[in-house]
Parts: sequence; structure tokens; C-alpha cells
Amino acid sequence: MFKILDKQVFSPIIKQMVIEAPRVARKCQPGQFVILRIHEEGERIPLTIADFDREKGTITIVFQEVGKTTKQLGSLEAGDYIKDFVGPLGTPSHIENFGTVICVGGGVGIAPVFPIARALKEAGNHVISIIGARTRELLFWEDRMREVSTELFVTTDDGSYVRKGFVTDVLKEIIDERGKDNINLVLAIGPQPMMRACCNVTREYGIKTIVSLNSLMVDGTGMCGCCRVTVGGQTRFVCVDGPEFDGHQVDFAELARRSATFRPEEQRALERYTCQCGCGGGK
Amino acid sequence: MAEKKEIIPKKHPMPAQDPIERIRNFNEVALGYDEETAVAEAKRCLQCKKEPCRQGCPVEVDIPAFIKLVAERDFAGAIKKIKEKNALPAVCGRVCPQENQCEKYCTLGKKHEPVGIGRLERFCADWELARGVLPQEVAPPTGFKVAVVGSGPAGLTCAADLAKLGHRVTVFEALHVAGGVLMYGIPEFRLPKRVVQAEIENLKKLGVEIVTNAVVGKFATVDELMEEEGFDAVFIGTGAGLPYFMNIPGENSCGVYSANEFLTRTNLMKAYLFPEWDTPIKVGRKVAVIGGGNVAMDAARTALRLGAEESWIVYRRSEKELPARHEEVEHAKEEGIKFAFLTNPVRILADENGWVKGMECLRYELGEPDESGRRRPVPIPGSEFVMDVDTVVVAIGQAPNPLVPRTTRGLELGKKGNIVADPQTGATSKPGVFAGGDVVTGAATVILAMGAGRIAARSIHDYLMKKKA
Repeated sequence: MFKILDKQVFSPIIKQMVIEAPRVARKCQPGQFVILRIHEEGERIPLTIADFDREKGTITIVFQEVGKTTKQLGSLEAGDYIKDFVGPLGTPSHIENFGTVICVGGGVGIAPVFPIARALKEAGNHVISIIGARTRELLFWEDRMREVSTELFVTTDDGSYVRKGFVTDVLKEIIDERGKDNINLVLAIGPQPMMRACCNVTREYGIKTIVSLNSLMVDGTGMCGCCRVTVGGQTRFVCVDGPEFDGHQVDFAELARRSATFRPEEQRALERYTCQCGCGGGK
Repeated sequence: MAEKKEIIPKKHPMPAQDPIERIRNFNEVALGYDEETAVAEAKRCLQCKKEPCRQGCPVEVDIPAFIKLVAERDFAGAIKKIKEKNALPAVCGRVCPQENQCEKYCTLGKKHEPVGIGRLERFCADWELARGVLPQEVAPPTGFKVAVVGSGPAGLTCAADLAKLGHRVTVFEALHVAGGVLMYGIPEFRLPKRVVQAEIENLKKLGVEIVTNAVVGKFATVDELMEEEGFDAVFIGTGAGLPYFMNIPGENSCGVYSANEFLTRTNLMKAYLFPEWDTPIKVGRKVAVIGGGNVAMDAARTALRLGAEESWIVYRRSEKELPARHEEVEHAKEEGIKFAFLTNPVRILADENGWVKGMECLRYELGEPDESGRRRPVPIPGSEFVMDVDTVVVAIGQAPNPLVPRTTRGLELGKKGNIVADPQTGATSKPGVFAGGDVVTGAATVILAMGAGRIAARSIHDYLMKKKA
């Protein structure tokens, strides 16, 4: 059992938890993820590590409630326990001094960008971060991102905070302003359409772009192949070969189709969970 | 003078759930002998002097001795005799390919059916589980700490043997429950998970500590376990947890699963109880399982139970070459599994949403024998045809999982990423590190992995005793 030490509610659907998991905290690196299972009948879901404290032995996760499991996770409080919490999984981000790196975090993707941006800055990079969300309410960690970035740009799709526009708009503006040869790497993490859009922008300029994929998974150790995705014409496993890949090589259309495999079942589980009629939901 | 023994030519039949019933549930198919049947079957044993059956057992169970005890109705004595050598009798009695092992050598089997050794082993183990397991003897503590990586059949056997010898054993398991392939792979209807967990509880009674949610190679490497966590020796039994795919077009379509995914969702995550349990699985009307081994049979039979109207085994050789256990093939046939022999897919066809809508196959014929001694399947040019299926399960085998081999310094690896270990001792190229089971041999059987775990436990013990001296 893994204890929830702290919970912060950023918005009705975005929450942060600090989990006591010393074995994970001792070795994890930016870019890696955990898999958790809330209770005995629960499913295993992957979440990218948002922060870690080796001394306290804790892992921070930030998640958006989209389905039954994330909703149920969001209903837990500090002091509650999660049944299973395993990690660190996946290959860590490749960190070196590239020069100038643009880190783009979209929505809940801001969280996993944070430790990578921090490591890139510590490695001597000029880190330009762009964070964005649909609306002001869904934006978080502006202060933390500012701390680990040389420059920070903020945007909201609806213009409710700072400026109106997508992260891709800001990305394009910065590249045009600074010149494509002055940007050495782009890192983009967020919803699949956002990562795909970022890659479409940078492809034109020929700037290498790393994305962190959030495919369906079961075991997370390379055993089942549920997370397979085509990268550069080859089948790769997100759980062990990734989660980070060269975004220009990723077959996003296939990823989107595979991610939707269980959409009707996910919907059914969510409806059952939120149902008040006494059908056995709400568990 | 003893009266001449009357020979019963056939094994006492195994009571089983009716096929029409059982394809609608996940309950165990083979129901097990009752006491009278077990005693009667045990009495079929000739108690011959040569004991040829024993050479067929990878973990060296004293088969004639335990059968004699069953015939004498000393069931407690019989299970004790088995457990001297076999840490997981309830599992082995159910999943061992006895026809290729002990029963293959049975003297009675030369003219008639061999003694049902596996069925008797299962009877003894179940008899004990139903009554509560007696504690086994454990040697005084040696002060040595051994890490066992992976809690499948190899790891559990190794852990049990080492614990009995007085070593402090910690088993690290990547998943959230111990048991490895016994939990995620082999279906409930063939090996109930409560049986596996009961066997694991027995190990805990020997003092074995089991740490789940612990992926060695990630939270700590083998080197760190030895250097930082003070383990004196390590056994690696991480199995063959890397599925092969066919590398044909359309294989990443929705509705294509590796057998590992299909079975893990169903067995480990209990997707057949969705939505009471949270993990979903989707099975269409017509399922094609590619492959002819036990895993393929398990997947095809699972598909039926999940509601498929038709479930096919698609195998590129003929029925004679099927590598699956005989009983599994028979059970599959009884349940209405269809077989497309001498057939292999070349392409999976998908609809506009990326879902499987068919599978293009080629017909094969058998040519000259290949290096495995089996006749090589050769495609017949122009024989393409489309199978009308909407779900495909790829069960063509697994490679050793690379997580531990790749992260351990100084470990010699083979061509397929397997760990190179001495078959006589389980010793690897790295001092103090031993390995056995599928991670060494590639995908094989539960009992061979257990045999390797046993061999390694013996040499780990020798290694530690020398270290002490």
C-alpha cells in the first residue's frame, strides 16, 4: 500500500498528489513514469512522474480526471492509500547541453515537462518554456515552470489568461523570431493532438522534436505489447523503448486509433462509476 | 505368493465440466479425482523395480513412492513425499506436459495407458490445500541473503529450496501479484488463481519474503542489490516476457493482441468480470489465434469464454506438429475451437477506423525436415485467401524480457537476448549471479523452469557455503 501524503486541487478536474514511494523516488529520472492501481479490482494506469524528492522518498503526480480510474483517484484524500504503485518505468529523458531548448507543456502535460526542463536547465541549456491550457482554470505550475526556465511563455486557448492562442502559435512565433538555427531541440508533452501539431510546426523548420507518448498500457515492462506504436516505420513499445520518441517519426494517426480501442468500455465504466441509481457504481 | 495384479488398461477418466457449460464460464475444466478414484488409479501402478517414470521428472519427484502411499490411503504421507522435491505440486499436477515426461516412461504405458501420475499429484496437492498445509522443516538460519528476481515457476522453486536450506530469501516481482506466468498467462479455467496463491502462501510460511511492484533493472539493478542491499547471491528467473509479433502489415490495427496482452487482461486483470473489475477487453465475433502451442490453445479457449462466436487456431504446420499439450488440444476440440492447419497470415486487413476486418492468409504444405526435425512448412504460391475475422491474437512465442539482462554488468547474453547459464549449475558469467527458466532457455514449460530453479538453488547453496568457509 502506498500512502497519499498530500493532495492539491488545481481545478475540479486537475489534481496533484504526493505519494510515499521510496523505492521509486530513489532511482527515478525525468521522463520516466509510474503505473498505479487504486484497489484490488482496479486497472493499471500509467502516469508520468511530475516531481520527486529522494530524501523524503516521495513522488509527485498530476493528473486530469478523464475516466473512471482518474476520477476515483481524484476522490482520494491525503492519508488514503493506493494499492499498487510501481516504477520508475520507461527510459529517462536524454539530458545534455543542446544549447537552446523549447519545452512545450499542454494542459496536464505541463507536469511531466517540469522535471525535464529543470534537468535541461541544470545541464546548461537556455530553456524557453511554453505552457498552455484550454482556459485559465486548467493552467497550473506557472511559478514552478518559471523557476526552471530561462524564459517562460503562457497562453490559453480562450484568451482567459495572458494571451489567446494555442501553444503551437507561440512555438511558431518564437522560432520565427529567434531563427530556426538558434533552436536546437523542442520537447512537447501534452494531449496527442497537441504533440502532433507541435511536430507539424517544427517539421517545417527541421528542428528535432521529442514527444512523450501516453499510449494504452497494461504491465509497463514490455511484456504485453499493448502500447506498441509505429516510429520511423518500426514497431516500438512505449513502455520500455519510450515513452519519449522523435516526434517526426511517430505515426500519430495509428496512436490515436489504438488509444481509442476501448473508448466505449471506458465510457461505460465511467457512467457506471458516476451513476447514482444503486447499480453498483460509485465503487 | 502375491496374487497376480489385474491390469486396468486405461487411466481413470478425469471428471470435467461439460463442454457446453464450460465455454460460458471461467471455472476450472478438469475437476480432479475423488479419493476412491485416486486410490484406484494409484493401484494401477506396477511399482516396478526400474522406476523409469522418475527419469522423466525435471524436479526428481519420487513418483513410485508417493503413488504407493496414495494406494495405501496415506494422503498426508503422499503429499509430503512429493513436496520433498516439488514446491508447487498443485500447479504441476495441472499444467505439466506429463505425456512427454514421467508418463512417457511408465512401464504400464508400453502396452496400455500409463498411470495418471499428474492427476494423482494434483489429487494429493488439492487434498492438502483443502485441509490446510502443514509447515515444512526449515534449516537453521545461515545468515546469507539471496535475492530472487521474478516470481514465476523458476523463481518460486528456487526461493523455496533456498529457504528450506536456511537462507533469507527475498523475491522481487514486477507485477502487483506474485506467480508470474502462473497468474498472468495460464487461464483460470486451467489453473485457478486461488491454487497458485495457496502455493505462494506456503512459500511465505517457509519465511520467503515477496516484494511485489518491484521491477529489478529499474528501481535497482542486480549489481545494486548485491552492492547496496547486501544480497550475497542473486537468482534471475524473469521469464520470456517479450512477445514476438509477425511483422506483417496491419499488425498494429485495433483488435490485434499479443497473446500476453490478451491473457494478461483476462487472467491477471480479470477483464472477464468487467465492469465489476476495471480492465476492459474486446473480443469480436470471429477470433483467429496464430500459433499452435499451449499459449495459443489458452488464448483460443479464452476467446470463446469471452463471447466469441468462432475461435480459430491458425497454424502453419499440420496437426501432428502442434506443440501444445495433448490434453489442451483435446479440450479445445471438445469446446468447438476450429483449426486452420497449414495456414499462415501474410496481412491483416483493417476498416476505415483501423479495426481488424479480415486476415489474408497463405496455404502451406510440408516440405523437408528443418533443424528442429519437424517438416518445414512451405507456402503454396497463389493460395492467398481472406479469413473473415475481427480479432487476431498473436501467439507465436516470446523472447526473454531484456530488462534485467540489459541492466546487469558483466552478464553474458546469447543471440536472442537470453542469459547464458550453465545448465548443470545455473551459474552465469557473473560471480554470485545465477539464472534459470525461460530467460535462459527461451519460452518453455513450467516444469522445466522449476527444474532450473531447483538446480540453481543447489549451486547457490554450494556457492554460499564455500563463501563461508
